Amino acid sequence: MKKTIAGGAGSAAGFEVALPHPRTSQPAPALTRFLENEGLLAAVLLAPTVLLLSLFIAYPFVMGVWLSLSSTSVGNPGEFVGLRNFVKAWNDSIFRTAFGNTFFYTFWATVFKLVLGMWLALLLNRHFRGKRLVRASMLLPFIVPTVLSTFAWRWMFDPTFSVLNWLLYQGGLITTKLPFLSDGTYGLWCAIVVNTWRGMPFFAITLLAGLQTISPDLHEAASLDGANGWHRFWHVTWPLLKPVTLVVVVFSVIQTFSDFQLIYVLTGGGPANATHLLATYAYQIGVATGLLGEGAAISLFMLPVLFVVVWVQLRYLRRLEGA
Amino acid sequence: MAQVMMKDLNKKYDEVHAVKDVNLHIRDKEFVVLVGPSGCGKSTTLRMVAGLEEITSGEITIGDRIVNDLPPKDRDIAMVFQNYALYPHMTVYDNMAFGLKMRKFPKPEIQKRVQDAAEILGIQELLKRKPRQLSGGQRQRVAVGRAIVRHPQVFLFDEPLSNLDAKLRVQMRVELKRLHDRLETTAVYVTHDQVEAMTLGDRVVVMKDGWIQQVGEPLDLYSRPANKFVAGFIGSPAMNFIDVSLSDAGGLWAEGQGLRVKVAPAHATRLSAYKGQKVTLGLRPEDLRVASGGDPAEYTIDAVVDVVEPLGSEILLDLRAGQTTLVARVEPAVRAKVHETIKFALVPDRARFFDTKTELAI
Amino acid sequence: MVIEKRWKTWVFFYIPLAVFVVGTLFPFYWMLITAIRPDAELYRSWRAATNTPFWTLQPTLEHFRDLMAKTTFPRWLWNTFFIAVASTLISLFCGLLAGYALARLRFPMAGTLGTSIFVTYLVPPTLLFIPLADIIRNFQLGNTPWALILTYPTFLIPFCTWLLMGYFKTIPKELEECARIDGATRFGAMTRIIFPIAVPGILSAGIFAFTLSWNEFIYALVFLSSPERKTVPVGVVSELIRGDIYFWGQLMAGALLGSIPVALVYSFFVEYYVTGLTGSVKG
Repeated sequence: MKKTIAGGAGSAAGFEVALPHPRTSQPAPALTRFLENEGLLAAVLLAPTVLLLSLFIAYPFVMGVWLSLSSTSVGNPGEFVGLRNFVKAWNDSIFRTAFGNTFFYTFWATVFKLVLGMWLALLLNRHFRGKRLVRASMLLPFIVPTVLSTFAWRWMFDPTFSVLNWLLYQGGLITTKLPFLSDGTYGLWCAIVVNTWRGMPFFAITLLAGLQTISPDLHEAASLDGANGWHRFWHVTWPLLKPVTLVVVVFSVIQTFSDFQLIYVLTGGGPANATHLLATYAYQIGVATGLLGEGAAISLFMLPVLFVVVWVQLRYLRRLEGA
Repeated sequence: MAQVMMKDLNKKYDEVHAVKDVNLHIRDKEFVVLVGPSGCGKSTTLRMVAGLEEITSGEITIGDRIVNDLPPKDRDIAMVFQNYALYPHMTVYDNMAFGLKMRKFPKPEIQKRVQDAAEILGIQELLKRKPRQLSGGQRQRVAVGRAIVRHPQVFLFDEPLSNLDAKLRVQMRVELKRLHDRLETTAVYVTHDQVEAMTLGDRVVVMKDGWIQQVGEPLDLYSRPANKFVAGFIGSPAMNFIDVSLSDAGGLWAEGQGLRVKVAPAHATRLSAYKGQKVTLGLRPEDLRVASGGDPAEYTIDAVVDVVEPLGSEILLDLRAGQTTLVARVEPAVRAKVHETIKFALVPDRARFFDTKTELAI
Repeated sequence: MVIEKRWKTWVFFYIPLAVFVVGTLFPFYWMLITAIRPDAELYRSWRAATNTPFWTLQPTLEHFRDLMAKTTFPRWLWNTFFIAVASTLISLFCGLLAGYALARLRFPMAGTLGTSIFVTYLVPPTLLFIPLADIIRNFQLGNTPWALILTYPTFLIPFCTWLLMGYFKTIPKELEECARIDGATRFGAMTRIIFPIAVPGILSAGIFAFTLSWNEFIYALVFLSSPERKTVPVGVVSELIRGDIYFWGQLMAGALLGSIPVALVYSFFVEYYVTGLTGSVKG
């Protein structure tokens, strides 16, 4: 070892023989050797992640499936009951409402978020003074805890003191107060409004990032070809933005479909259980009432939809990698 | 200060056999260049020497140690990468000192070595800068400096000049050569540029499809290529190839594609075995010159000028002769016009012949 | 630029943008104005002639004072902060190592593992909270901060891994190869060369993870029971409403104070946050 380190260009001009001799010749410790192996190093690096995720995702998932097939409730270990929980849920009218609500809520909220988010992204893609500030403030609804901002909305929808009712009344649009949260249909639409308000920035900022990758040359070329604003959007912007849009929609659908906190705070599932979503109803049965088995079964009803969405996403990613 | 030996070296990826049975002995203090088109296995070979790729089979020896199972850090080598691979979060000084720090050299020693290397490369002024504040040429120097401070047994260069512009490339090429003369460290250099290979290498290794095609000193490769690939790869513009068949008519004649020339007596004995068969005739562009009255007719070719490329020091003529095209490199004084028919004389002894099937030199 | 007429700019640009800005920010303004309005004004008939909903002439900090002095709100703030920081650090640690392994190392099952981690990224907490509550009970973690510190990483790690993997892939491989030749082990090249270069990516992931854990609700709601253990979102929802009575002034003060920390973190690192946000869907 000595000669290998101290040798080299020792005799060549400009270099002295390297002394004192550095300490590199100790045999490498076993651990170091071990970690030079790519596969073993990967195993070590992935261990904490795999451990945590299997403990708190894979295990609960299996456990959830087991719970849903059992009559477990708080303080009662329960026994295997087959699909009884699922059948019971399906025959429960509140569950049916929650099930329908979840789709309704997801569909409209996603549509609004996409349309408004795209519009906002197009607006933000232009140059104007204070753009950075506007862009930054637009994300506020997304970063502020949903529960807290939903409280503000609940106050704005308050049956007695609603500022929105006041505005509409002063504007001459209504003569009596609208029953924002005290009517099931109104309640669900209110939730859709709040969800849109909260989720739209995510769409806008992500789509904006997509827009910024589109070269302005394309637009100039298109307008030289005589395309008007709408044509430019439809034939140039939208096709190039489709991949980003798909991914954002997938993320949003998953989050909206499994939403809990917004309804929990805004309506609590009321009035008369008319505005439950799958997650809030699962909470009411599984946690508030303590019927763990039935609650687990209700939340598992989300799985097929999530599965389809994830599958679409993965297929899309594969296609991207293949291309 | 070490030799590098590769014995029956092979590298297989899942489906690709990237390096095939490479045997190479690089002598101490030698500057060896691996050259070949992309995908020929030259970089993979270098990376196996560095320890960055696992060896599928075979053996690599650096100095007197078999290094197959040594991690790169224990091989006592230094490498310069095509994209320089300077650590962007460190100053030039820290970049150059990193390897020494990792080997726990004492501080004053590190300082001295970095200073010395910086002086050799003329980058003393840059030591406090970050890589992103440097020009391409400066980054290149830092990358080289980082390699030489360690006084390694072997330098490895992986296309180090490819990212530089043409002018800087020539300049750095000269500097690398000078540096090697001064440091006298064994060096293995990978490039796809045959000019770089010829100018830098004490010996040049030509590779293709994972095989070594030929190993030799630059001028040997040029004048005695082992096969058609090497003949075509070394030299610019490339050698002209003409498919001909050999016939006996008062001496050996090569005939084909509308051309007919006599085989020089020096080659005739070797070629006699190929009588009546197809071979490939190779003529270097500089071995075609405008014929004067005194040239014997059996060594001349009539050709029509297609394109004239005046380069200043010489003129390249793209020619049509018979059914084939040829390139000739002629004196700048030659006044050739497009469409003009000119008689060219070839240097009979310098013509090369290749077996058309095996492509090996005859 | 494509040139257009002035009135068009107003109709198609300034006015819609203004509507977006007002619509987005109004709830926050409403939070603020409610929080500083005296109770007497808050609960005034909406048809009263003196009603001035958009401003107040007698701003008061009474609600804030009550919130800080008479409730456990300061405690919730601390809990939330502690839990968010701890779970973010754990997630960054795991995400860095896993992201590096998936981006750089060749090993069997790499593809499968990457896909599985991505899939767990898409599993929503509401699918698992019931069995998880049972597991937390069995592990004796119920009603402790550890219940959250250990479960938040389940949605943070996949995100961090995904984001950092993307970041690592943008760093030239030669850097660590050079470091390994220079005398570093694989592990050393990772910690000394790649991680320092990845600092912007780490910041993005960290900030995003911090806001996500600050905002988390359902796990905190289900796993914590005693009032002094709660996080801000859960505390505000469950403890500031006494019986059926909503103290809106105090609630809005709480909502405002609970939002400010994330808003602050966000405003300092907007660019990193946006990178994290857009990166979270790209990969």
